[in-house]
Amino acid sequence: MRIFVYVLIMAGVTYLIRALPFILLRGEIKSVWLRSFFYYVPYAVLGAMTFPAIFFCTGSVVVSAIGCATAICTAFLGGGLVTAALVSVAAVLLAGLVM
Amino acid sequence: MELNRIKQFKRGALLGLPIALGYLPVSFAFGIKAVANGIAPIWSIIISMTNLTSAGQVAAADIIGASGTYAEMALTTLVINARYMLMSISLTQKMRKFSMGKKLAAAFGVTDEIFIVASTTPYELTFPLMLGLIAVPYIGWTVGTALGSFAGGLLPEYLARAMEISLYAMFIAIIVPAVKRDIKILFAVAVAVAISAAMYFLAPFISSGWVIIIAAVTASALGATFFPRKAADGE
Repeated sequence: MRIFVYVLIMAGVTYLIRALPFILLRGEIKSVWLRSFFYYVPYAVLGAMTFPAIFFCTGSVVVSAIGCATAICTAFLGGGLVTAALVSVAAVLLAGLVM
Repeated sequence: MELNRIKQFKRGALLGLPIALGYLPVSFAFGIKAVANGIAPIWSIIISMTNLTSAGQVAAADIIGASGTYAEMALTTLVINARYMLMSISLTQKMRKFSMGKKLAAAFGVTDEIFIVASTTPYELTFPLMLGLIAVPYIGWTVGTALGSFAGGLLPEYLARAMEISLYAMFIAIIVPAVKRDIKILFAVAVAVAISAAMYFLAPFISSGWVIIIAAVTASALGATFFPRKAADGE
């Protein structure tokens, strides 16, 4: 059953990657540099994941840019995650119809 | 106390809802791809339920389709998903009060999106909150995979593609208020975006998993060096 072994390998490797830090690192990180480093990590990950990928996710750079701008405006005006997500999808659908 | 836990679970579930919405089209696409690679629908669902990772699963479907070696599978999974280690290290600091069992359970749910929401939410990170935050996207990921595997052709393509932007819109909705609160974050984000964009165009052969690691480590290191935070800075 090759598929079983494949799944076992991928699930095992992925889980070990996620779990090892919790097993090995139990204390508090004291270094100011390291604490600052990990403070920035989620936002840096976020930036790297979003750009430039967001411009290529709808198949049209212009439509994607409209969706991106909509998300930024919605978030700037205080819209939460769900709001921003739904408004952007609506903007992309509308823009797709017009273009 | 019990009611309090339920409240926290619901709070986590609500935080996980936009992630689940964003996961639907992505896992839907994975389901289509898995079936196209000759993987039975039941196995593509099992893959989603045991892995909960987008890029890693897509690469794995290709390897299975091409009857690749087990070593190739292990190495590819390791390379693409290595970024989760960085995220788990970061999360250990927020979950120090969890028992080891709870830590190991929460570790299963470390994805890019869940990590980002868990580490940026202003709420205290409790175990019930984490459960809710993981359970709802997990359901979305599984349901999307099932739909894509069994009924891939039914969703109009323009709708599937439009839904894909929801994940990115969600990321932006996390980043904007964070930057408003602490402008130093903008520096780290800008550096990460610049590196990510440069690598996308100049070195397209580098997998997205590595691009995220390189961009995030460099940007965060520069941020920590030029804009270190005192231990007391609002945490």
